Amino acid sequence: MNSQVTAHRPQGCAKVSARSLSVHYGEKHALQAVDLDIRAGEVTALIGPSGCGKSTFLRCINRMNDMVEGAKVSGSLTLDGSDIYDRALDVVQLRARVGMVFQKPNPFPKSIYDNIAYGPRIHGLARDQNELDEIVMTSLERAGLLAEVKDRLTESGTSLSGGQQQRLCIARAIAVGPEVILMDEPCSALDPIATAKVEELIDDLRENYTIVIVTHSMQQAARVSQRTAFFHLGKLIEVSDTEQIFTNPQQPLTQGYITGRFG
Amino acid sequence: MTETTQMARLGAVRPTAEIVAARLKRRHNAERRFRAVGLGAVLLALGFLGILLFTIVGNGITAFVQTYVRIDVTFDSALLGIEGDTGPDALAAANYQAIIKQSLYRTFPEAKTRAEQRQLGAMVSSGADIDLRKMLTADPSLLGQTRSLWLLADDDIDMAVKGHIPRQQGIAGNRLSDNELRWLSELESRGAVETRFNTLLWSSGDSREPELAGLWGAVVGSIFSLVITLLVSFPLGVATSVYLEEFAPKNRWTDLIEVNINNLAAVPSVVFGLLGLAVFLNILGMPRSAPLVGGLVLALICLPTIIIAARAAMKAVPPSIREAAAGLGASKLQVVTDHVLPLSMPGILTGTILGMAHALGETAPLLMIGMVAFIVDIPATPLDPAAVLPVQVYLWADSPERAFVERTSAAIMVLLLFLALMNLSAILLRKKFERRW
Ligand SMILES: Nc1ncnc2c1ncn2[C@@H]1O[C@H](COP(=O)(O)OP(=O)(O)OP(=O)(O)O)[C@@H](O)[C@H]1O
Ligand SMILES: [Mg+2]
Repeated sequence: MNSQVTAHRPQGCAKVSARSLSVHYGEKHALQAVDLDIRAGEVTALIGPSGCGKSTFLRCINRMNDMVEGAKVSGSLTLDGSDIYDRALDVVQLRARVGMVFQKPNPFPKSIYDNIAYGPRIHGLARDQNELDEIVMTSLERAGLLAEVKDRLTESGTSLSGGQQQRLCIARAIAVGPEVILMDEPCSALDPIATAKVEELIDDLRENYTIVIVTHSMQQAARVSQRTAFFHLGKLIEVSDTEQIFTNPQQPLTQGYITGRFG
Repeated sequence: MTETTQMARLGAVRPTAEIVAARLKRRHNAERRFRAVGLGAVLLALGFLGILLFTIVGNGITAFVQTYVRIDVTFDSALLGIEGDTGPDALAAANYQAIIKQSLYRTFPEAKTRAEQRQLGAMVSSGADIDLRKMLTADPSLLGQTRSLWLLADDDIDMAVKGHIPRQQGIAGNRLSDNELRWLSELESRGAVETRFNTLLWSSGDSREPELAGLWGAVVGSIFSLVITLLVSFPLGVATSVYLEEFAPKNRWTDLIEVNINNLAAVPSVVFGLLGLAVFLNILGMPRSAPLVGGLVLALICLPTIIIAARAAMKAVPPSIREAAAGLGASKLQVVTDHVLPLSMPGILTGTILGMAHALGETAPLLMIGMVAFIVDIPATPLDPAAVLPVQVYLWADSPERAFVERTSAAIMVLLLFLALMNLSAILLRKKFERRW
């Protein structure tokens, strides 16, 4: 606990809040009564051994689990105090507010421009072509990709390198102007240099977005996040400031995991 | 560590490399055998294709030319039966057969008896008068004049010229009498026999006279039917697959539907013809022999193929693309129309063209809805009675005249050409859709 800087940030109120959130995949109880607050303006890292339910938790926040056959969610999960699983809530609107970046870069087989313009187009965010151009350019700029691609906007998004593709996906997510960005192991398919770039980007984005990132790399969690949640076998074992987790974990399981005794 | 000791022991007995090497030869042999069998199968298929094409082309290529004979024709108003009256109605109704006969008798004065004259008159097609009528109505001043004209020869003469009927005289049972053979040789020696490109084949409908029978009615009928098939089966098939693949809940009912669609693909097509007869003709009272009904029946036959192909193509769209779009807030329908459909379009088109090619060759179900009728007129709309290419092949193959044999092969060639064009368009369409990225 050598630094208290992140513990009392002014913007640290709960953006997303889970109360006894459980998820079943058919018989499988993948997430068991999780209570977790995600604070606004911070990067929250979810760590834990494979199959512990990190992705499951993440995909609850934008209701991506709706697409999974037989997935059942119970308990409460709120975004800015309103229930995410409310029947009246439209997933389209939810996903416009909660963007997602996936483990494997998945650009559309369309031009770089169209990749980024797709979200704004379907939500009608731009009134005319100029505004759309503007959104595409700022998104690319924010994702740190503009310099590399500004002469090849009409080329296919799939023609980029893996790292560029992942930043394209991040640009695509922020083009919609979400409040929360979910990232499921965004760097697992990238080399160290591309990873460094994405991490830098996450740090830059923290100012304006609430970010939840799943990662298998303890170093990455330590580098980019302010808070860390440790999951084990579907349960949330411990959540606290990142420094605290890595320097002074309260639970023996957490300690065992971060010191590499299992996982 | 027991594992390592075990490994070491295994290694000591026989190193892995040795074991692999010992089996390598067998593996290579198996591969070579497999390749040889595959190559043999391909060669066999090519051989059969070659034989098929060779016989069809060999039989049918001569149907694309037709024999004409040159005769000096006198437009004699007395024989035409229009003395005094040269109005268009009179010209249209005039007896052109008579002047053709007269001209023939004058060319071969040695034909004296009625039997000989009848043989002589039969050397020119009974449809040759149509050309004369056209000439005279276009230019009434020809009346009373003599012109040297090329007239369409009768089918037996045509066959003899093309070498399908023996030319030696004195063969018992020959389709051509010795007289006719002699006259034909004489005409040939005067340079009055010629084969020309067969335009009638491409402009007229069916006829009892082989030399007058054309394919155009069947071609137009096939085009009408296929357009209707495409218009019905493509939207319906794609909509069904989209619903089943993307929207329908996965339960027992949808499983049942899926099984049934797969079964429908295997139902004999004649059953669809009976269904069409019962529903479209008897219940809905649609016209018989019409390409509209034919197209609808063929659409039923195509649907399972299109649905199966479309669903397979849509299943092959990577889930990551769907997730990416859904994650941006695209609705289910937007995911489908913006991503799934464009990406699966090459597969859907392939399935559609395969189904259409299948439909193009269907005969049995069309017989059920009366498309086997003898139809001379070229259909002007999909509601007019019409033949289609495979039915035309079937009808001609059933006709005894030698000249219909070559026309049957010609019709098959046209059918195959259509198939090739459709497959080509499928390839081009796929290229177009794929080249976008
Ligand atoms: N679609 C599904 N159907 C059934 N079970 C699932 C499904 N998705 C995940 N599970 C199960 O739920 C549990 C949690 O999975 P989840 O994907 O959340 O793990 P994770 O923590 O993200 O693991 P990893 O680090 O390997 O990605 C696992 O045991 C997994 O087998
Ligand atoms: Mg995961």
